[in-house]
Amino acid sequence: MQIIRSPKVYDVCIVGSGAGGGTVAKVLTEAGADVVMVESGPMWNEATDSAMLEWNYESPTRGWSSEKPFGAFDGCIGGWDIGGEPYTVGTGAWRWFRARMLGGRTHHWGRISLRFGPDDFRRKSIDGLGEDWPITYDDIRPYYDKVDQFVGVFGTNHASETGLHNEPDGIFLPPPKPRAHELLIKKACDGLHIPVVPSRLSILTRPLNGRAACHYCGQCGRGCATHSNFSSVSVMLPPALASGKLTIIPNAMAREVTTGADGLATGVSYVNKADRTEHQVRARIVVLAASCCESARLLLNSKSTRFPDGLANSSGVVGHYLTDSTGLSVSGIIPALMETPRYNADGVGGMHLYVPWWGDNKALGFPRGYHIELGGGFGMPGYGFGGGIQNYPYSRGGGYGADLKAEYRRYYGASVSFSGRGEQVAREDCYCEIDPNVVDEWGIPVLRFHHTWSDHERLQAKHMQETFRSIIDAMGGTPTSTMPGPEADYGLAAGGVIIHEAGAVRMGSDPKTSVLNAHSQAHDVKNVFVADGGPFASQADKNITWTIMALAWRASEYMTDERRKGNL
Amino acid sequence: MTDIKRRQMLQMLGAVPAVAAFTWTREEAVAAAEQAGEARRQAAASNQPYTPRFFTAHEMATITALADLILPKDDRSVSASETGTTEFIDYLISEQTDRQTAIRGGLAWLDAECLGRFNKAFVDCSDAERRAVADDIAWPKRARPEMSQGVRFFNTMRDLVATGFWSSREGVADLGYMGNRMTVWNGAPENVLQKLGVSYD
Ligand SMILES: Cc1cc2nc3c(=O)[nH]c(=O)nc-3n(C[C@H](O)[C@H](O)[C@H](O)COP(=O)(O)OP(=O)(O)OC[C@H]3O[C@@H](n4cnc5c(N)ncnc54)[C@H](O)[C@@H]3O)c2cc1C
Repeated sequence: MQIIRSPKVYDVCIVGSGAGGGTVAKVLTEAGADVVMVESGPMWNEATDSAMLEWNYESPTRGWSSEKPFGAFDGCIGGWDIGGEPYTVGTGAWRWFRARMLGGRTHHWGRISLRFGPDDFRRKSIDGLGEDWPITYDDIRPYYDKVDQFVGVFGTNHASETGLHNEPDGIFLPPPKPRAHELLIKKACDGLHIPVVPSRLSILTRPLNGRAACHYCGQCGRGCATHSNFSSVSVMLPPALASGKLTIIPNAMAREVTTGADGLATGVSYVNKADRTEHQVRARIVVLAASCCESARLLLNSKSTRFPDGLANSSGVVGHYLTDSTGLSVSGIIPALMETPRYNADGVGGMHLYVPWWGDNKALGFPRGYHIELGGGFGMPGYGFGGGIQNYPYSRGGGYGADLKAEYRRYYGASVSFSGRGEQVAREDCYCEIDPNVVDEWGIPVLRFHHTWSDHERLQAKHMQETFRSIIDAMGGTPTSTMPGPEADYGLAAGGVIIHEAGAVRMGSDPKTSVLNAHSQAHDVKNVFVADGGPFASQADKNITWTIMALAWRASEYMTDERRKGNL
Repeated sequence: MTDIKRRQMLQMLGAVPAVAAFTWTREEAVAAAEQAGEARRQAAASNQPYTPRFFTAHEMATITALADLILPKDDRSVSASETGTTEFIDYLISEQTDRQTAIRGGLAWLDAECLGRFNKAFVDCSDAERRAVADDIAWPKRARPEMSQGVRFFNTMRDLVATGFWSSREGVADLGYMGNRMTVWNGAPENVLQKLGVSYD
């Protein structure tokens, strides 16, 4: 057995093909770089592999899946638990969702595409907690613009109207009209002074850059066979492949970043999962985009006498300041929605309206905020339909027969749901490290997680619970659950469950307290970059992916400049 | 559609967009999706009768009887067992191994209860006898404490039968779900807005 070394030295090796890796591949190849992409999963393309328009009754389990957490038709390979790839938990709790496929998690993600606002880059200056970013909104704004224009996102510029100055304007396609139940939610929220505005999703309501407009089947999460929404494979990889400059190595599980005598990265070593052979690919620049925690793992596992604590880790910060969004959901049954005349309410694959953060923290007992994702309508009946009907508010409490059958019909489309997604304040003691005792089936040491919530997040969760219940009440409905108390963190989901991991390879201006500089470049090793959620100095009350892509685009232009100047 | 055209469509649907430059008209996209769906259905269609994977013939019969008690035929739609519900439950539980004991045991509990009361298995009971047992376990809040295991089992069966029936072709039609197709979205229709007292202006 021997290590198979690629003879070629590429300009850039990217690990991972998701939101971050795809963006870097597009920008760098179009700038002329010779790029190799090491991806741990198989090739996957929504045009051939998507289950778009399949019915639940075409599945023997009616859409349930033992392998796919979000159902048999979900466009995902991977999930919370991956055979042969364990992780462990030390303090607290953590769940780690991983995709293993070309395009990463961008096939089955929710496509809620929110820019961070000006305040989100300087939270410490505002409330003294956490850390400011080494960049401002103005630094990243041009890249948000590029992502908007190239990928396509619908929404509206509402800041001047709503006064929500931390919800930046974007370059939007027209939003779809709200669904009926969304208008009803908005009516209730108007009375409570909670702003409800068109959502911002990366789904095409108009043709864009050769991609067809949405056909409103509501199944974005299965992967769109007409490429009408964003995935890395539909949008970022085609131009990179067309340039002739991108080589993709699928089923290649990166083990570590290799380094030379000069302390610079020389490439990446990986296992070919198909035949378990060991390989090394060489490159002048290494970009880690394997997802936040996996990129931290790769750095920590890249140990040498020169870098005994892992690569780019002289600060000891790699793995630390790991955050996820806070999250919890409340559903309610709304009598006013019962027996609503049916219509095709599929729309786009996601909400048409949402609630951006509107609160004033000075008047609240907690820092930071959350946005609200709205659910409801006439979804495609599938696995779990009408489950637990005996406990529904207004129900007869169980039974059977023709009356029960009629009851299910009455409840169809009569429920609404509210999901809060908020900001965790980053802390040093939320972190991942290498477990000294456990390896995965490829022999790669695995991560051990430590993650807990603080009162900042708990009180935010309490506010979510009270708010969602007040909206349901204002709609004349009843929640389907009772409110959990402080002993249950007010229903706050465990860390990782909201799948917005960020911060484990954070950027900052001080090399003693951060891993990367403002260009996502390692302070210690100038030819190593990170292009996923790792670089985030803080979360926001917004989902992270649009910022992952804008940062990745920005880092790629910097790499291009530095290459031109001969610095890389 | 001509055969050549059809083949082109299928190819397009399977096209790897090496360049994000191909454009579909809506008609092409709709046609291609329909063709692909039809091809898929034909490939999946089988005339073979279903062979149970987990439950015995007696258990299958009991599930069928329960399914039709829970969601019977009415003036809008057929009964649950006519929509593949029994087969769905068998297939599902063959995969959800952690639920097998509870459900097999629940079926046995039901038979034991019927044997004690009527000296016959559930499937051999008359409709009135089946209802007499169901009435004692179908209403969690009213049920007597000693019926708790039966209540739990009936809750499980009610949920399984609900999925089996409502997610079937017939159940979907009964509910009036109108989606899962390529369409144009222009908002909810006027009668819906009126019923809810909302509008687009
Ligand atoms: C169900 C769901 C809904 C979501 N909804 C939203 C949303 O609405 N809005 C939002 O902003 N975000 C959402 N997210 C999060 C979003 O998907 C991620 O933030 C985003 O995909 C992260 O991009 P990434 O490039 O960092 O990682 P990924 O997209 O996960 O890509 C990482 C890639 O690296 C590969 N890889 C990992 N390890 C290795 C290795 N050792 N060697 C080689 N390759 C490796 C993986 O196979 C994968 O392809 C959602 C996620 C999920 C699962």
